[in-house]
Amino acid sequence: MNGEQHPLAVPVYKTLLEVLREDLHLTGTKHGCELGECGACTVLVDGEPVLSCLALPIELEGREILTIEGLMEGGRPHPLQSAFAEMGAVQCGYCTPGIVLSAKALLDRNPMPTRQEIAEALSGNLCRCTGYIQILDAVERAGARMRERRS
Amino acid sequence: MLRLPPFQYFAPRSLDEALRILSDHGPEAQIVAGGTDLYPKMKRRQIQPRALVSVRRIPELSHIAWMAHDGVTLGAGVTLARVLACENLAIAYPALARACAGIAHPPIRSMGTIGGNLCIDTRCTYYDQTFFWREALGFCLKKGGTVCPVAPGGTRCWAVSSSDGAPVMIALGAQLRLIGPHGERTIAAEEFYRDDGIQYLAKAPEEILVEVRLPCREGWRSTYWKLRRRGAIDFPVLGIAVAVCMESGRCREARIVLGAVGSCPKRIREAEGILEGNPLEPDVIEAAARAVSRAIRPLENTDFLHLYRKKVASVFAQRALHELAGTPLTGGLSGT
Amino acid sequence: MAFEIIGKPLPKIDALPKCTGETRYADDLQLPRMLYAKILRSPHAHARIRRIDVSRARALPGVYAVITGRDLPTRFGILPVSQDEEALCAEKVRFVGDPVAAVAATDEWIAEEALRLIDVEYELLPALLTLEEALRESSVRIHDYGDGPNIHKMISLEFGDVEEGFAQADYVREDIFFYAGSTHLPLEQHAAVAQYGPDGKLTLWSSTQTPHYVHRALAKVLGLPPSHIRVIATPVGGGFGGKSDPFSHEIVVAKLAMLTGRPVKITLTREEVFYVHRGRHPVLMWIKTGVRRDGTIMAMHVRSFLDGGAYGSYGVVTAYYTGALQTVTYKIPRYKFEGVRVFTNKPPCGPKRGHGTPQPRFALEVHLDKIAEDLELDPIEMRRRQIVEAPSLTVNWLRISSCGLRACIDRVVEASGFREKFRRLPFGHGVGFACSTYLSGAGLPIYWNDMPHSGVQIKIDRGGGVTVFCGSTDIGQGSDSILAYIVAEVLGILPEDIRVVTADTDLTPVDLGSYSSRVTVMTGNAAVEAAEKLRRLLFRAAAERLDVPEEQLMARARRIFDQADPERGLDFAEAAQLAEARFGTLGAVGSYKPPKSPGRYKGAGVGPSPSYSYSACVIQVRVDPETGFVQVEKVWIAHDVGRVINPRLVEGQIHGSVYMGLGEALMEEQTFRSRLGLHKAPSMLDYKSPTPLEMPEVECFLIETDDPNGPFGAKEAGQGPLLPVPPAVANAVYDAIGVRVDELPITPEKILKGLEDKARGGSGRVGPKSIPSLAWPEPIRVEPPPEWRDVPTRSS
Ligand SMILES: Cc1cc2nc3c(=O)[nH]c(=O)nc-3n(C[C@H](O)[C@H](O)[C@H](O)COP(=O)(O)OP(=O)(O)OC[C@H]3O[C@@H](n4cnc5c(N)ncnc54)[C@H](O)[C@@H]3O)c2cc1C
Ligand code: SF4
Ligand code: FES
Ligand code: FES
Repeated sequence: MNGEQHPLAVPVYKTLLEVLREDLHLTGTKHGCELGECGACTVLVDGEPVLSCLALPIELEGREILTIEGLMEGGRPHPLQSAFAEMGAVQCGYCTPGIVLSAKALLDRNPMPTRQEIAEALSGNLCRCTGYIQILDAVERAGARMRERRS
Repeated sequence: MLRLPPFQYFAPRSLDEALRILSDHGPEAQIVAGGTDLYPKMKRRQIQPRALVSVRRIPELSHIAWMAHDGVTLGAGVTLARVLACENLAIAYPALARACAGIAHPPIRSMGTIGGNLCIDTRCTYYDQTFFWREALGFCLKKGGTVCPVAPGGTRCWAVSSSDGAPVMIALGAQLRLIGPHGERTIAAEEFYRDDGIQYLAKAPEEILVEVRLPCREGWRSTYWKLRRRGAIDFPVLGIAVAVCMESGRCREARIVLGAVGSCPKRIREAEGILEGNPLEPDVIEAAARAVSRAIRPLENTDFLHLYRKKVASVFAQRALHELAGTPLTGGLSGT
Repeated sequence: MAFEIIGKPLPKIDALPKCTGETRYADDLQLPRMLYAKILRSPHAHARIRRIDVSRARALPGVYAVITGRDLPTRFGILPVSQDEEALCAEKVRFVGDPVAAVAATDEWIAEEALRLIDVEYELLPALLTLEEALRESSVRIHDYGDGPNIHKMISLEFGDVEEGFAQADYVREDIFFYAGSTHLPLEQHAAVAQYGPDGKLTLWSSTQTPHYVHRALAKVLGLPPSHIRVIATPVGGGFGGKSDPFSHEIVVAKLAMLTGRPVKITLTREEVFYVHRGRHPVLMWIKTGVRRDGTIMAMHVRSFLDGGAYGSYGVVTAYYTGALQTVTYKIPRYKFEGVRVFTNKPPCGPKRGHGTPQPRFALEVHLDKIAEDLELDPIEMRRRQIVEAPSLTVNWLRISSCGLRACIDRVVEASGFREKFRRLPFGHGVGFACSTYLSGAGLPIYWNDMPHSGVQIKIDRGGGVTVFCGSTDIGQGSDSILAYIVAEVLGILPEDIRVVTADTDLTPVDLGSYSSRVTVMTGNAAVEAAEKLRRLLFRAAAERLDVPEEQLMARARRIFDQADPERGLDFAEAAQLAEARFGTLGAVGSYKPPKSPGRYKGAGVGPSPSYSYSACVIQVRVDPETGFVQVEKVWIAHDVGRVINPRLVEGQIHGSVYMGLGEALMEEQTFRSRLGLHKAPSMLDYKSPTPLEMPEVECFLIETDDPNGPFGAKEAGQGPLLPVPPAVANAVYDAIGVRVDELPITPEKILKGLEDKARGGSGRVGPKSIPSLAWPEPIRVEPPPEWRDVPTRSS
């Protein structure tokens, strides 16, 4: 979990979402439906977006889980996080952790996505505040920064 | 927070072990793969198994194997994302890629499996609701009650087969390999579904779907059109899978299968018959499309009015066939 | 004047913490020994409670308290005139989802199980599920108060003689429209945590937009002295008006904390959020306008029928709003408004983004489009020629201080190429146009009082750090950041030097809350006042030290310096220390109360505002005539925001408003099963909120008019830009396929219905055909302001 090992004893029927928030106190992962319909609870498992409300920790034994709390690098925000803050992509912020992680999965796989590809990648993450436009702007900007950094 | 009801969880590492656990627990046990269909239903207390048997760790379920000139075998546990990542699959079976790309949304596609997709529970606006809601309505036939509010006079459940994969597998002539306590069998995808909202699969609860065999489809063209309100998240409320084999400008064989308009995917043989032996020309296509719309009788238990779905069925059938004919209609919107 | 901070696209001060998962929302709080609460809700739309037996639930191990209506008998409600809610229903339930009992237990599984052990015996009453039914079945009463059987409120106002106006018109047209109900669907489900200490003090953390009103309701219902209650609004994960009422669950957790002596948390499920609702009222509307041949409006008569659901909520205000703002866009010399809000056995409606004004705006703008077509007039020019003047008074006595609508129209019309496209695009493609107006905060508070609407307190410490205290609530719109920008601008420091403490009734001066787009204008003005007081002290101290006249000083970039000789100056922190030495501890307060409105009639309280924002919008659509699907290709929208405090935030508000407007125009709808009153789609899967794939490109134009009442001239931006979107879509659909869908949402089914009707030779119109006949009361006849007494007459 975010590069750390967490030995845990929890009831098997507690979802990853519940365990993250209630047992590990990692409340950065949000929830809006607990039924797989909103994307707010998205985390990355081995780099792929996964809904923590529909995943059991026991199913993920031995896999690498990344939550929003683990995204900062050495106390510095990830390019996606800074771009979201700069571009106005965060209004109430409730969808933000899930969207940032979905976007990370996309950019890691496809460093130069088109706007349509970004929209597709985020199509399971509802946001009621922003109309998505500044979110797409932020992902584009973060992508550009990450490409710069790499080259 | 909606939470899961308590259960025991098993993660067998072999088919034998899985079968043993399943038969030990009998009807109290349920197979789970990605959980993306099962867990929401459990949270809504539509299904309350005491034991879950996960197929995630069973090696026989996780392969994609190409057989020379003989198609491909997909392990039931292969995720939808993996299907989509495989370019060869998209080339050989465009309809499958189209269907998978339209299922739910990216996180669900990285969790959900193709086997789970073929086995998902049927859906109904009166059934896919919380315990509180269903109790307030009065429980229906499918769970705990004695009447069906969709067709109150009848004795059957009309819940809708809502898998995007199912009609496609039938159109592509897939064979499904199942293993149960009494051994192994392989059946055509078409035989796998029953026209009953409750007993919707022709499979015993303890039978495991191991793999899907797709025959070689050289010379075939295929596509899939899906109706839903939004471009993502939503289940199909109409799905049309079409596969045609063309030979010197004429359709040698055709398969047209409709999903999400009844309790099982429906092959429209009349429409297939209209196409077979003919070139895919506008009047032939139109006649086939009309036959499609005539053959289905969607009910009022999904999003959109049922008559609207019936109407769009013929529109989508035309568009799908024109697409395969290489004469795509312009101006049309939606449909994934 | 050039600004340093105002007008810059700075990041919000709370953006990074929200991106890193650091921000603590209500459901993120976890206190030692905390219990979890759950509420039992009515499965019936209308029933009398005969008996409740909680003994089995109480006996369940892990259950610490079970309460019912008897424990919380005092009624409450957001408006003093409709105190009709009970935290838990004692005698009667009025909709599916009405709260009946509550439990506190060690975890949610046990709490859930306990709910199932509560036995409630109901006696079913006939459920009134539609407006027509509620008006017709007068023997069944949902409430025993109001202006008639199941009539919560009836309004009838006439400004000038409309009949005379119609008589003088060259052309009179009547139309009927329906705007469906919809819900806010904030991504965060409501949550609250209560703690009650041995000192008898209660603290409630809640995801609320209005901590001040929650504070008042808690004191009333719990019978505690207000001084013993502290309400803290946690950062709100989306509100849109849906978290503006005091709610049953907030009172319930407080009571449970008092009974158990342990902290108690409640988080509503998504389904419960649909029941709690307070969303957009479904409104049926009739509108009649008389115009001259050139389109000049001579008189207008509007009737609105609001389906209010089971309780009052803000409904009286909503009902007035469906009639109040028509006059603020175009010159209307005579105006009559009749409105009725009806109780039905459905979740209560309330304020949703645009509060009561998107519905009549939809009606008005489509109606004007039809009039323009009937008279073969250019729909833009017809509107443009009769825009209100600023400053001016409307016929219903609303004071307009600034209006940039003409500039808004010109920008979008030009950028979109509207004139080249309108009625000229091929079949299936179309453009539509609409304008709108919204208020920047209500002129009157919700309960009658003479105190300020907003207070700000600022403290400066010796290191130059500045803390701003204000009762306002950041619901994502950026109100905390606006406070920081404004104070930074006045004091000449940077937003990051400022800590903003908001929405805590113990620590912050009262602000009425984040509703009616009031926050930037009201807290902004209060913040300017407080900051200017402090700047005066700093300048006085600095002037002495620098030996420069005070008037010559300037504060900028963390320095205070001589404008004539910028080298001559002090650090901000140094100036703060000098000032503290000279004047004592540095602190100041500022407050704001809107200007008094000149209207003096009954009902004049709803509509006045310090200022009105204006928007104009062009939308281009593609309609698939075979499936009826509408694809919005592009939106051009201009908004007169007075002054742009932060362009990125204003654009964000516009995008969000366009998004919500498109959702309501095309797919969002609260619908109910006819017999039982069950919500048809209480989930995020079945209630259709658009995904990124449905969102079109939006081009924004920000228009500045420097409003005299706004801080730095600013007006609202959070709600107004939603209003022109639905009518612009409807007008565009008509332009594309010649079908008028006078009923939102414009679904594919309705489009096909219209096309089929046309093919059979019909008009192609889809929408309501009649309105209920109702005995309207004699209107209150209000003499219009002097400038409207000499009204134009028939064109010769
Ligand atoms: C919001 C949302 C939207 C969705 N949208 C779509 C959509 O658009 N189209 C669509 O088709 N689906 C959709 N789904 C349903 C589902 O996510 C997918 O169909 C997915 O592929 C199911 O796979 P799974 O592995 O998660 O199934 P699971 O939930 O694990 O299982 C589903 C069912 O299949 C059985 N099962 C699973 N594997 C096997 C096996 N190997 N042998 C025997 N039985 C098995 C289980 O017992 C269970 O009854 C959606 C789900 C959600 C929550
Ligand atoms: S079709 Fe009838 S029986 Fe089947 S799930 Fe729907 S309501 Fe229940
Ligand atoms: S909380 Fe997991 S998808 Fe909504
Ligand atoms: S920022 Fe509020 S939901 Fe996305």
